[in-house]
Amino acid sequence: MSRFGKIARRTFLIGSAAIAGGVAFGWYSYAKPHANPLKGGPGAALTPYVLIDADGVTIITPRAEMGQGVHTTLAALVAEELDLPWDQVRVAHGPASPAYFNAGILREGVPFAPTDTGWLAETMRDAMQVPGKFLGFQITGGSSSTLDAYDKMRGAGAVARQALIRAAARRLGVEEADLSTGGGAVIAPDGTRLTYIELAVDAAAVDLPAAPALKPRANWTLLGKSQPRTDMRAKVTGTAQYTGDLRLPGMKYATVKTNPALGADMISFDATAALAMPGVEHVLPVPGGVAVIATNTWTAFQAAEAIIFDWAPAAYPADTAAQLAMTAASFTPDRQDSRNRDDGDVDAFATPGFTAEYAVPYLAHATMEPMTAAAWLQDGKLDIWTGTQLPTQIAPEAANLTGLPPEAIAVHTQQMGGGFGRRAEMDYVRQVVAIASALPGTPILLTWSREEDMTHDAYRPLAMARVKGSVADGKISALDLSVACPSVIGSQLGRLGYSVPGPDSTIVQGAWDQPYAFPNYRVTGYKVPFGVPIGSWRSVGNSQNAFFHESAVDELAHLAGVDPLDFRLSQMAHDPSRRVLQAVAELCDWPNTPAGRARGIAYCLSFSVPVAQVIEVEQTEAGIRMTNAWVAADVGIALDPSIIEAQLQGGMIYGLSAAISGEITFVNGAAEQLNFWDYEPLRLSQCPPIAVRVLESGDTLRGIGEPGTPPAAPALANAIFALTGQRIRTLPLKKSISFA
Amino acid sequence: MPIQFTLNGAPASLDLPPEMPLLWALRDGMNLTGTKYGCGVAACGACTVHLDGLAVRSCQTLLGDIEGLSVTTIEGLGTPTALHAVQAAWEAAQVAQCGYCQSGQIMQAASLLAQTPTPSDADIDEAMSGNLCRCGTYPRIRAAVHDAARRLQEV
Repeated sequence: MSRFGKIARRTFLIGSAAIAGGVAFGWYSYAKPHANPLKGGPGAALTPYVLIDADGVTIITPRAEMGQGVHTTLAALVAEELDLPWDQVRVAHGPASPAYFNAGILREGVPFAPTDTGWLAETMRDAMQVPGKFLGFQITGGSSSTLDAYDKMRGAGAVARQALIRAAARRLGVEEADLSTGGGAVIAPDGTRLTYIELAVDAAAVDLPAAPALKPRANWTLLGKSQPRTDMRAKVTGTAQYTGDLRLPGMKYATVKTNPALGADMISFDATAALAMPGVEHVLPVPGGVAVIATNTWTAFQAAEAIIFDWAPAAYPADTAAQLAMTAASFTPDRQDSRNRDDGDVDAFATPGFTAEYAVPYLAHATMEPMTAAAWLQDGKLDIWTGTQLPTQIAPEAANLTGLPPEAIAVHTQQMGGGFGRRAEMDYVRQVVAIASALPGTPILLTWSREEDMTHDAYRPLAMARVKGSVADGKISALDLSVACPSVIGSQLGRLGYSVPGPDSTIVQGAWDQPYAFPNYRVTGYKVPFGVPIGSWRSVGNSQNAFFHESAVDELAHLAGVDPLDFRLSQMAHDPSRRVLQAVAELCDWPNTPAGRARGIAYCLSFSVPVAQVIEVEQTEAGIRMTNAWVAADVGIALDPSIIEAQLQGGMIYGLSAAISGEITFVNGAAEQLNFWDYEPLRLSQCPPIAVRVLESGDTLRGIGEPGTPPAAPALANAIFALTGQRIRTLPLKKSISFA
Repeated sequence: MPIQFTLNGAPASLDLPPEMPLLWALRDGMNLTGTKYGCGVAACGACTVHLDGLAVRSCQTLLGDIEGLSVTTIEGLGTPTALHAVQAAWEAAQVAQCGYCQSGQIMQAASLLAQTPTPSDADIDEAMSGNLCRCGTYPRIRAAVHDAARRLQEV
């Protein structure tokens, strides 16, 4: 059970009648028209983010914790202003509610480069907060959580603190100005301490101004410093609870097997052998396949393998060669999707010159925890437990499937064993709802096998790029980059029932918006027809476009005979980006490389965060080995340096796994890779030391979950070129060269 | 016939099919959920437990083969109020991100340190490379193993 669930069953020190009437006020008025989802529940809900009960203060951190540390950082925003000591902080994801809308994520969707801070670009970004608020999307993604929460959650903490002070002033008969806070209590001039717990009921009833003053940064005691993660103790003791760890009374264990031709129907199935297995209780149809319900997960897995299926064929080109051909055939005027950058006259300067073609494969998310969800339909109420990046989407989906009114559906967001974009999908949710609806009264825990997970992803798209370019006087005189890729936004939102007209910026993100000052510079996106289902994969379009763009820039640097770092610095038109390039060079003492080794550099501006990486490699008898890596990034304001370092290292490693060996291929419409033995992530012995430097340009806050990923692949490919002279333009790299 | 073994220091008895992997016997049979399912084919190490003190993949250890043996899971290594040295080192280094692989990582590291009290980087490579982490906590895992070795020396 989540922390919130436990609260709901507790007896409270403070009178339950008063608490049930706990009011929403102050900063919360900003979030109207959405009701405070905590109101009417137990505990004193000072704002949608602060709940006080007999045991202390719980901070609601309504973004999905998939490992990125967001609960810790969001809690610190509130605790800082609430003046709550870190060892008294408890967190809960809280209920799914439009009150926890994310306005930040839509800011990324505007057709302006991240470096464009002009009036029109900023006006558009601000305007995107309005639909964010009224649509009420509670979404975790786009490296947007801290950006979105920065003012909102500090404000929530400040309002709650003011409420507690006001309540104390009334009780003690003193002026508010004479009271201070510390150690989780309001302190009077005579030293009298009233704890937040004692004051909670009164505080929930006071009236407050809407806009609290926030602490100046110089007075921060929690923010800006590394805090112990709120989830760490549980995660090192095996007591952290993920969806698959739920144990409900009378619960049955389920798995699914659906058509490996993604999205295609099941024609028929024969479950005779499966149903004869001891412990198998039901075999039920779900969309595109069947579910097996058994007394344990292992039996369900075994039984699913014993079912004989007749599958309908895929509706898309059924093998990788045909998918590549479809992509290659999409560089045509009728498929042109965007040309967001067209500086100078590329046609006049780019030919004759350098040309190259690059390609990247489909990639699975391969979270360590395969997809899981639980559901229980009883007495006309449906409870759903799952790890999700989109909790407010679940109740409408479940309402559609069951005919239940949305208010009869409760969504309990669980922490996740990895997300990376995979947990923004609804497939596993629809399946568990279908199973629970067919078996009312029985709680169901659905666990996918690793093989089902690997072969039923919404993949990072296969994409290609064609580059023309020329150099003169040690600089790029022209760069013409064309990308052919299907629309992630169209595929992903299409599965949620939304139609998205117009160009998809993810096709060219990480390419068109890079702040280089090439005089003739064009980036064109071509939309490949829909095929294999694709989705958001950590950093989305940046993951492939940084490889295309930064490989091409590196090739042109070598063509020009200029040091790849100097080449980038001399053409960089964005000061924070120039500083991260200089910082990473300083960190690794560029260009002084130990004998026998070589280094590659790459850079990408994604989610408004400039990141530069250097990777050092050597040749061993077993193959290429990475000996060192360095990262510099500018996050604007660093709220938690330890978490930022972990995200930059982890993002880079995620990118390196894909660069070296990540590839999903298709035969007869089905993904060929099944498990970690044929889709093998980087292992500890392959992982180099990764030194990190975090810069703070100080103006705005930026998220860090994704920007560490994009430069990894080109940095490694560029290092391999520097070492061997072999330019690899197709990922994964291991198809062209051996790795130790 | 129920299978008799020792689980986290106490006698245990389970009446489940002998061909059931220990992983699922622990998780679904005994509700000990700290041990995780990641791949089912010994390719990821998320299900690592100790069998008579040695790290094994519980997804490939059949219940019928543990009769009379001693099984230690993450729940038996230490507890939230009494951390094992490896867990304390993991917390100090703030290793975990999503955390899903960390039970297995910690059990693998504890087994390594029981046999090799002061492991070199090469020893750590050798022992820990069967344990996957998708969040990329490897640099902190390496640091935490060295720190845990120091902590165990001090005990």
